[in-house]
Amino acid sequence: MAELTLNAVGKTYSGGVKAVSGVDIQISDGEFIVLVGPSGCGKSTLLRMVAGLETVTDGEIHIGSRLVNQLDPAERDIAMVFQNYALYPHMTVRDNMAYGLKNRRTPKAEIETRVAEAARMLELGQYLDRKPRALSGGQRQRVAMGRAIVRQPAAFLFDEPLSNLDAKLRVSMRMEIRKLQQRLGTTSLYVTHDQLEAMTLADRLVVLNGGRVEQIGAPLEVYRKPASTFVAAFIGSPAMSLLDATVEGGRLMLEGHVLAEVDHKAGPVTLGLRAEDLRLVARGGVPMRVEYIEELGAHRVVHGMVGDQSLAVVDQGAEAPGDLIHIAADPARLHLFDAATGQRIDVRSRVGEFAR
Amino acid sequence: MTDTPLSAQGPTAPSFLHRLRDWWSGETANPVKRVQFGHGLTPWLFVLPQLAVVVIFFYWPSAQAVTSSFYIEDPFGFGSTFVGMENYADALGSKEYLSTAWFTAFFCVVVTALALGIGLLLAVKADKVIRGAESYKTLLISVYAIAPPVAGLIGMMFFDMHMGPFTRLFAFFGHELRVGVDYWDTTIALITISVWKQIPYNFIFFLSGLQSVPVSVREAALIDARSGWRRFKDVTLPLLAPTAFFLLIINITYTMFDTFPIIDVIVKDKPANNPMTLVYKVYLDGFKGNDIGGSSAQSVILMVVVAALTVLQFRFLERRVHYG
Repeated sequence: MAELTLNAVGKTYSGGVKAVSGVDIQISDGEFIVLVGPSGCGKSTLLRMVAGLETVTDGEIHIGSRLVNQLDPAERDIAMVFQNYALYPHMTVRDNMAYGLKNRRTPKAEIETRVAEAARMLELGQYLDRKPRALSGGQRQRVAMGRAIVRQPAAFLFDEPLSNLDAKLRVSMRMEIRKLQQRLGTTSLYVTHDQLEAMTLADRLVVLNGGRVEQIGAPLEVYRKPASTFVAAFIGSPAMSLLDATVEGGRLMLEGHVLAEVDHKAGPVTLGLRAEDLRLVARGGVPMRVEYIEELGAHRVVHGMVGDQSLAVVDQGAEAPGDLIHIAADPARLHLFDAATGQRIDVRSRVGEFAR
Repeated sequence: MTDTPLSAQGPTAPSFLHRLRDWWSGETANPVKRVQFGHGLTPWLFVLPQLAVVVIFFYWPSAQAVTSSFYIEDPFGFGSTFVGMENYADALGSKEYLSTAWFTAFFCVVVTALALGIGLLLAVKADKVIRGAESYKTLLISVYAIAPPVAGLIGMMFFDMHMGPFTRLFAFFGHELRVGVDYWDTTIALITISVWKQIPYNFIFFLSGLQSVPVSVREAALIDARSGWRRFKDVTLPLLAPTAFFLLIINITYTMFDTFPIIDVIVKDKPANNPMTLVYKVYLDGFKGNDIGGSSAQSVILMVVVAALTVLQFRFLERRVHYG
């Protein structure tokens, strides 16, 4: 178990393509960090650089106190769980788990204890003598976990380990992974493109975009204060609606309607609205034409148009497509972003709701 | 067709006939499979062309060989005398035959081992090449396009006593290479050419076998084992086993039978006491020596040996092979 430090880490491929650049992350011992971002954002490349499967072209990676840039994957004291599990098809479950230990000259008795312990934890006891092809997807996933656990490494690296499972299994394995990690207290780096998985697993999220870190923070912090329009649109479901708005004389205007009073210089801004932060009002507010409705049981997500911009609102009502509704928002829950750069603007909106 | 008389015997017929009839009409077949053909005879019609080819070009000549191995034939083909097992006794009792058999075994083991080993080595190395991989592979594979007699001819030029570069190479190390005259020198030439000819074939299969080993499995091994040799031995090689097993059988067959043109080019019209394989001896005794009976007996022995070898391989080796 150890800390993990990424210092200005970058990766430039021989063709000059920059996959990752200037990534600084400090991971403390036992922390569960999730790298999240859309495909092609460099999150897997970053993980593979920590694993030693990709060379590091810029910066330094420390595992514990060791600089590992030049070390072989086997020397880095990490264990990795792959997306398609990458089990050795010709070895039994037992041998799959024991292989890494055998190569590290671990005493036989010790190997047996550790494999037995991992098998008990993951409920794989009765499958130890089976080959991977005789196991179900979830069981293979657990064997891959077991292979990592028995090593007792400084850090676990997970490369989208749940994306090959069906939705139901994914949710339960997510929980198992989290519980297991908390029990073992092993520093973990987890890659996923699924923001829900990221939110539920992480101690801290690292949102990546185009090979750069957009924001690092606890899931709720990232959710409540997204650092940029990119993070705002990526984290949360339904996605935050981003609309063009203007500030005129200290008032935030959306399609000609006053939404709140803000302390910001006049000009265009990007307004971020979370569906659950909006509510319907009988009079006043911003008029919205209902376009379609997602019925989710517990609540419904109403999608509609404000002027020619789309917006989503969470609601319990009974409106139908075509209706005109009026919406209002708590000024404290508005997100403002620079219209040009997309960076968050921290303004203290003056208390006093409009639309009364 | 034959349904009618058999079904007429109906309930009184013994169960064997029942089963025969059912078999003929496809009644006992798996219902799922049965839907494909209305009648048990139809599938046979479809495989008939293939069966005809096998029967005409394999079973019939084999049966002929077995028959004629019990006869001594007149050199001009006017008549033949039944001699029972005498041809077999002659062959197995002959010192020359036994020494040829030993040479064949030796040749088979050495050529198979070298062709497989070098093919695998080249494939492993080629698999790691990133830049110019395509041209590298094409160069290695192109040798396979050379027909065996041409390979033999090229080899003969290389080993030519007067101008062959290999002869000069050996001379440089103080050995006078006399291919076609000296038994072991000829052996070296035969082995070299045969191995050279077979490497590309093994290379292609090993390379595609290597490329079918999932990248992530190799990466997992990279994390689990530091030594490249261990990773190769414990992970890559077992996953290549199906390919290797297939190639082993193909290579043994190659050394036993398909090296014939190479041997023919190197050994033909050369002074005696040159090494040769059993197949070449079959040809020599049969067509040069006109001893059809004796050569038939030899070819039957060869057939039995190869069949036994293949059965042994499947029984004992294949068990250890993991099919992905």
